[in-house]
Amino acid sequence: MDAQKYLWEGAIPLQIHLHESQVTALPPPPPALILAPRIGYLPLLAPLIKPYFSSTLPPGVDTIWFDYNGLPLKWYIPTGVLFDLLCPEPERPWNITVHFRGYPGNVLIPCEGEDYVKWSFINSLKEAAYIMNGNCKNVMNMSQSDQLELWNSVLNGNLEAYQRVSSKLKLATVDEYTSLCSPKSQQSLGETDLTAQLKTGRVPVRLYLLSVREDFDDLDEVHPIDSWEKISYINRPVEIRKEDKCFSLHDALKTLLPELFSDESLTDVKLSGVDFEDAVRKPNEDVSSDKVMEDQGQNAYKQPEAGHVSSSAEIKLIRIQGIEPKLEIPFSWVANNLINPDHFLHICVYVKVAQ
Amino acid sequence: MDVLHWDGTISVKYFRIGAFAFAQNWENHNSGFPPWSWVCPKHHWLASPEEKGYLSWEKICISRPNEEDVDQISQIDTREEEISCPGNEDVIDDAILVQSSNRELHYYDFHIVYSSTFRVPVLYFRAYCSDGRPFSLDEIEKELPACSAKELSKSKWTFITQEEHPYLKRPWFKLHPCGTAEWMKLLFLSDAAKPKFEVVLELYLLSWFSVVGQVFGLRIPFKISN
Repeated sequence: MDAQKYLWEGAIPLQIHLHESQVTALPPPPPALILAPRIGYLPLLAPLIKPYFSSTLPPGVDTIWFDYNGLPLKWYIPTGVLFDLLCPEPERPWNITVHFRGYPGNVLIPCEGEDYVKWSFINSLKEAAYIMNGNCKNVMNMSQSDQLELWNSVLNGNLEAYQRVSSKLKLATVDEYTSLCSPKSQQSLGETDLTAQLKTGRVPVRLYLLSVREDFDDLDEVHPIDSWEKISYINRPVEIRKEDKCFSLHDALKTLLPELFSDESLTDVKLSGVDFEDAVRKPNEDVSSDKVMEDQGQNAYKQPEAGHVSSSAEIKLIRIQGIEPKLEIPFSWVANNLINPDHFLHICVYVKVAQ
Repeated sequence: MDVLHWDGTISVKYFRIGAFAFAQNWENHNSGFPPWSWVCPKHHWLASPEEKGYLSWEKICISRPNEEDVDQISQIDTREEEISCPGNEDVIDDAILVQSSNRELHYYDFHIVYSSTFRVPVLYFRAYCSDGRPFSLDEIEKELPACSAKELSKSKWTFITQEEHPYLKRPWFKLHPCGTAEWMKLLFLSDAAKPKFEVVLELYLLSWFSVVGQVFGLRIPFKISN
């Protein structure tokens, strides 16, 4: 089965509690139980959530926002990514709190309705298009009806409609850029070599890195994150060179976090729980994602030594779309199959740093 | 490198070099105005050393000249070369950088941050009054020159966006950079004397800022030395 289909059907069960400051009548209303699409955004759930609480809300204008353990949730990050990032040990249902007043404008950028989410999505898509194609004309020149259809497909979780419109955008897939049908004839100021630039493609990536200072063996020992300061956000494309036939996820992460990943540590180490031979076997194209995704579930992939560069930092977890992929997976597969509708690959990394 | 084959973008390494050249140039030619400073936050070990840092220009008063104010305001030398607001025919209102004044002032903070996606500088800004209260986009729009306000109402979501500052993690406004590479290239190509690579590098940020500054009606006085 197509990996994207799995993704689009993925959802996070939410148990949404109304913040006590918003409760005007006792007893407080019971929490709302809502299944939130992984690829969606929290404010879009407003129409589903409001009916549960409308009778108890104080009068006035509603501006919805959410928090998890007191941490205001950034609404422009897809729901699935927020869950993967903030719940190291997945909590099901995920208990979050909803507010309709007191929007924390000093921390969160404004979101006064669906349009804000839509435009954040479109701007991200433009950025992804720029990264992949070298310009965002295709997104900027979308007809009104196409744009509407694209957005609605995301709203409604309709993959077929989404693929119908997005195929018109002609966004390059990774195999296309490594085989380079449209060579770039122009050069950036400061790039060393025009020919080197001709042979690279860029993949849009947003990486969220959580540094944890405490020692932990199990994920549920990690203290809840109380501040966004603990999360570093890297919005930087990964470059793939044409001659890199076996460019793996590990290689990609190495370009983004060079100090955390190193070649030596990976090849020397016997990966716990996984036979090294097995890990290198590439997924069969025909069987495609199905088998690979089954493998993810079976092999709890721990690589405590793989991330060692110095004694000060150690990678504990890498999560994409709720799965922990093997680092040997070809990055092209990850880039084509695990992307969000905004065409970005959102990657969560947990790192333990020395006290 | 041949300017003809240049795509208008700049690498992160050269952004940093260009930033220092810009700050230096600014200080040399605009004495009396606050200097730009390079801010290098402790991003610990995540980003490569070249990527850390941005240019900062803060607590800048931008004021429209009124009749009463003309005497108090220091006039700026007119520029020798003007670069017009791309694609705009309207007259740009003159804004004057004011050093100090007695009336209620609006302050701007400008940060120039490198975008690894678009490979160009991006202008982040915020506005606030003397008691620190931040301005909304509507309030800022009222102060912008006519062509900017028009652009803003035409492209409500794509000209100026409100996003998280990449370093400060707080909501800031930003001028969307998607067209930057194209007009930067045009800027240098329109120069009849095809500039050498070193000249392009040194003047990149200065030229860039002279264009984006016009969104705010800033006419930068400088003498470009060839």
